[in-house]
Amino acid sequence: MFNTRSDLPLERDGQGRYLPWLIAFMVYLAILALAGVMALNKVTARWDKGVGQTLTVQVALGENQTEAEALDAALGVLDETPGIAQTHRLEREQVAKLLEPWLGRFAEDMEDLPLPLMIDVQLASKIKPDLDRLKQRLDAAVPGALVDDHRLWLDRLIDLMQAVELLAGTVLILIGLACGGTVVFTTRTGLAIHREAIEVLHLIGAQDSYIARQFAGRALALGLKGGLLGLGLALPTLTLIGYLANTQEQGLLPTFTPGLYHWAAILALPVAAGLIAMMTARFTVTGTLGRMP
Amino acid sequence: MKTGGNGSVVRFENVGLRYGLGPEVLQDVNVSLASGSFHFLVGPSGAGKSSLLKLMYLALKPSRGLITLFGRDVATTPRPELPALRRQVGVVFQEFRLLRHLSAFDNVALPLRVSGARESRIKKHVSELLAWVGLQNHMNARPSTLSGGQQQRVAIARAVIARPRLLLADEPTGNVDDRMAMRLLHLFEQLNRLGTTVIIATHNMTLVDRLGHPVLRLDDSRLIEEAAPESRNNSDSGESDVARMDEYGLNLQQTSETAA
Ligand SMILES: Nc1ncnc2c1ncn2[C@@H]1O[C@H](COP(=O)(O)OP(=O)(O)O)[C@@H](O)[C@H]1O
Ligand SMILES: [Mg+2]
Repeated sequence: MFNTRSDLPLERDGQGRYLPWLIAFMVYLAILALAGVMALNKVTARWDKGVGQTLTVQVALGENQTEAEALDAALGVLDETPGIAQTHRLEREQVAKLLEPWLGRFAEDMEDLPLPLMIDVQLASKIKPDLDRLKQRLDAAVPGALVDDHRLWLDRLIDLMQAVELLAGTVLILIGLACGGTVVFTTRTGLAIHREAIEVLHLIGAQDSYIARQFAGRALALGLKGGLLGLGLALPTLTLIGYLANTQEQGLLPTFTPGLYHWAAILALPVAAGLIAMMTARFTVTGTLGRMP
Repeated sequence: MKTGGNGSVVRFENVGLRYGLGPEVLQDVNVSLASGSFHFLVGPSGAGKSSLLKLMYLALKPSRGLITLFGRDVATTPRPELPALRRQVGVVFQEFRLLRHLSAFDNVALPLRVSGARESRIKKHVSELLAWVGLQNHMNARPSTLSGGQQQRVAIARAVIARPRLLLADEPTGNVDDRMAMRLLHLFEQLNRLGTTVIIATHNMTLVDRLGHPVLRLDDSRLIEEAAPESRNNSDSGESDVARMDEYGLNLQQTSETAA
């Protein structure tokens, strides 16, 4: 469909020199945005899954209970609750480590510093325990006990991720529009440059589609070329970002290895650039020719 | 294919044309040209000859009036069907309008290519026609490397390659000497004898008087039909055509040789 010989000296109008680079730049940005979103998406899903299956119970030290009594009471309640797979008491050093960012290292040394007693609870994956009832029963057994299911924190994080995803989606759409706009303007310039030849073709009986096809075929070629250039630039960048993320503190940025689906999405972008360029050129040319009698 | 001699190829009824908000450069044009006819279109520079031809090859729409081409009302013909009409009209443009970046061969091949002809057929027909107009040694030449007369023959070859039913030529003899002009006019007469309706715009009255074909005269933006001027020949008899060709030393073979 696009391998038609060209009657127009399209290769001489200079478009071939700058259009691929403009498209390459846009595809480059689009790939970074897309890869960012996919990485975030995967990380969020992992947090959601991981954090969603744990609870933290914080036992306050009451006046009538010793540390051990309070712990035993809380663990007793937890053991009777269906849907709980495992409980694990955090040692004093572990709690101190958790608080380190706020209290600094000296928390370990202060033997008599009252640190909260924490129990890490793993939930069974199938049954969801009734949190409200659990809270009531814990409060009865150990007054002032707190159950934190991390939901609030997680929900906010997920909200943030969704906002970021929306933003990235908008960026992708804007890049697509910019790509289309660029092709509209370069095609218009091309139409002006080749006006005489186009008019002659028109007058000797060329269908609009015959002329449009030549521009569209060329736009497809330039768009694909630009898309592949952009891909070629984006891959090293992504590798570098991945490398930097891995050398960061473990756990802060969970590592993301793209899967088949992710690669397909990334590779689709240069193809999309080519198709956008082709369709835009086609519509621009037929629109302009439509104004000829 | 060709209709008989009585079918009207082009018909204008009360046609008027103005550019933008300017005055009407053509007014109340009424004309009907029979298939197989040969007309000169004359008038001083600026009289509207090119404008009238543009209406005929569908480069312009009239401001008013009715135009039919091969029996079809142009105004009511859907746009996608206009290219098919245009392909039956061969045009030799005033400034040739050859595509600069294409060889003589590719320029002449254009009308066949836009109508989707096969390359094997294109190769055969274009080579034959270029040889016929004496350009067999210039097939791959760009127009800019050809002389004015050679370019003109490329333009004429392009106009006739698809065997149009109507041939329009806008001052085709404007840039060549009288001798070459006569040669080209005889080429048009040959095509006319093969059935093509021909209209030639010119302001060279000497040629018009010499050849003796009916005249369409543009005067004060109106069109007047005139009979053929007094000349050696008003008939379409092949004998006198041959005699005339001998007289001017014009047969196509010779044209080819002298031009090569
Ligand atoms: N594109 C145009 N825009 C405005 N006026 C035009 C245009 N083309 C021709 N004219 C005017 O129309 C008149 C007829 O021009 P034209 O058809 O070229 O005459 P001819 O071919 O007989 O010399 C002239 O007055 C010319 O100035
Ligand atoms: Mg003119």
